[in-house]
Amino acid sequence: MSVSEKDVRKIARLSRLAIQDEKVPVMVDELNGILNWIEMLNEVNVDGVEPMTSVVAQVLPMRDDVVSDGDQQAAVLKNAPKADSGFFVVPKAVE
Amino acid sequence: MTVEASTPVFTAFKTARPDQWVKGVTGDWEIIVGMEVHAQVAANSKLFSGASASYGGDPNSHVSFIDSGMPGMLPVINKFCVEQAVKTGLGLGAKINLWSRFDRKNYFYPDLPQGYQISQYLYPIVGEGELEVESEDKSTIMVGIERIHLEQDAGKSIHDLDPDATYVDLNRSGCALMEIVSKPDIRSPEEAANYFKSLRSLVRYLGTCDGNMDEGSMRADVNVSVRRPGGELGTRCEIKNVNSTKFVAMAVAYEARRQIEILEDGGSIDQETRLFDVKTGQTRTMRSKEDAHDYRYFPDPDLLPLVITQEWVDGIKATLPELPSAKKHRFINDFGLSAYDAGVLVADKEFSDYFEEAAKGTDAKMVNSWLTVELFGWLNKNGVEFANSPISAKNLGGLVKLIQDGTINGKIAKDVFAKMIETGDEPAAIVEREGLKQTTDTGAIEKAIDDLMATQPEKVTEAREKPKMLGWWVGQVMKSTGGKANPAIVNDILKKKLGIE
Repeated sequence: MSVSEKDVRKIARLSRLAIQDEKVPVMVDELNGILNWIEMLNEVNVDGVEPMTSVVAQVLPMRDDVVSDGDQQAAVLKNAPKADSGFFVVPKAVE
Repeated sequence: MTVEASTPVFTAFKTARPDQWVKGVTGDWEIIVGMEVHAQVAANSKLFSGASASYGGDPNSHVSFIDSGMPGMLPVINKFCVEQAVKTGLGLGAKINLWSRFDRKNYFYPDLPQGYQISQYLYPIVGEGELEVESEDKSTIMVGIERIHLEQDAGKSIHDLDPDATYVDLNRSGCALMEIVSKPDIRSPEEAANYFKSLRSLVRYLGTCDGNMDEGSMRADVNVSVRRPGGELGTRCEIKNVNSTKFVAMAVAYEARRQIEILEDGGSIDQETRLFDVKTGQTRTMRSKEDAHDYRYFPDPDLLPLVITQEWVDGIKATLPELPSAKKHRFINDFGLSAYDAGVLVADKEFSDYFEEAAKGTDAKMVNSWLTVELFGWLNKNGVEFANSPISAKNLGGLVKLIQDGTINGKIAKDVFAKMIETGDEPAAIVEREGLKQTTDTGAIEKAIDDLMATQPEKVTEAREKPKMLGWWVGQVMKSTGGKANPAIVNDILKKKLGIE
């Protein structure tokens, strides 16, 4: 498996990452290097082995349906570059 | 444990009835509809955080650091939400998957601070089921359910507070949604609306979602395509976030017509997401599928697989209430109601609960008519919500009992009903207070008749020649007794005294 320049540009756009044109070939090489390295795993025979979902076999813990959090508007907005009247304020995003 | 991934291949085997076909210039067309309904779980707190899931509140006040996408926070699933998804699945007779998994659905939007929605993609908690839906010709169709999965809701973007900025409130962010996906078994605007209605009725019976469309607790994404009857499937368009049964029908009708016009002009349909404009009744392009649907799903590394036991599922199953379709059949069989009347009552759990309480130990058909004709009529006319009805179920039942045991007649009952609306008092107390008790005292009735006959001898002669005059006499006696005489007794005595058969 490998990625092309086109793939890299698309992934960057979907991830909202700005990549300068001259950086694209570098990124292609780096990503393909990683993919090739990971591909070594294909040499392992996993026939009949269940996919591992956790290092320790355990299931999803569940919590009771009680309100135990929230009510902290100031803290939630603290890192927002812009806020007004309790709302986050972001550049216009209309579909 | 081996689990099969859910990778639906949608096919539409069923052909619409000819009366459902849409006439075009070049021939008939068939509408194919499948729906994805988002129903918010009626939980106190969110799917993966302990913040309140209640509607409203100051902006960003029902938000934990998990909901605002802060780094390093770990989601912990709400057991109640899992239970409600299972319950809804059981209500749809669906397969419950004891092993399911959460995936990340990646996209960027200001009201999705994590940059991904936690959802279930290949391994949903609920598999195939079905729902009974009424078609426009009153026949019943079965609409297949493909799956139900649990996912997080997004926050809310407000675009009209500032001309150059969007305001974001994350109170809804992270609330639990059940996405209920139907198979493309719907064939007309009416069926689409009825499917939505039946689903709403079901979740309200189950108590898994409050079904409040005004607050966005239930929203439908409607997939519409058209084809020649029984022919090759066409390209579908998805109409997003339709929030009423009426709008669902309007959106399907408009969208089908739009697609037919394009196809008949030799064009082709672009697969796209569209918006339904409630002001114009039209749909318009929202976004093309080009980038939008490249969600790059992958298993959420913060969450282990969701594993539940058959014992737990069986325990939930044991708590299921009677469901609308079963209740409808019971009302028809036990109370002798028509399918239509039973359908009206079971459509809303509030109606059927009220009816059953009122009908306890009295004539159910009579209760049905007082409820659906008189009470619903008054509520509609005066714009009063059913929940705020001035007459309790017990009192309406009491009124019918008074008619049944002959305490009052039907005419007086209407006056008592009006007084009940006014005061909220018990019917028996009103009858007592106002002296409305029906006179069954034959002596008193005889005296009233004798008095009338003495003052109007010419009418007596007339009645003997024309027995149809009896009605006029009954009216006169009722009038002179203030409407309280028992009409059957009046009838009998009059016939005897006037000598008519």
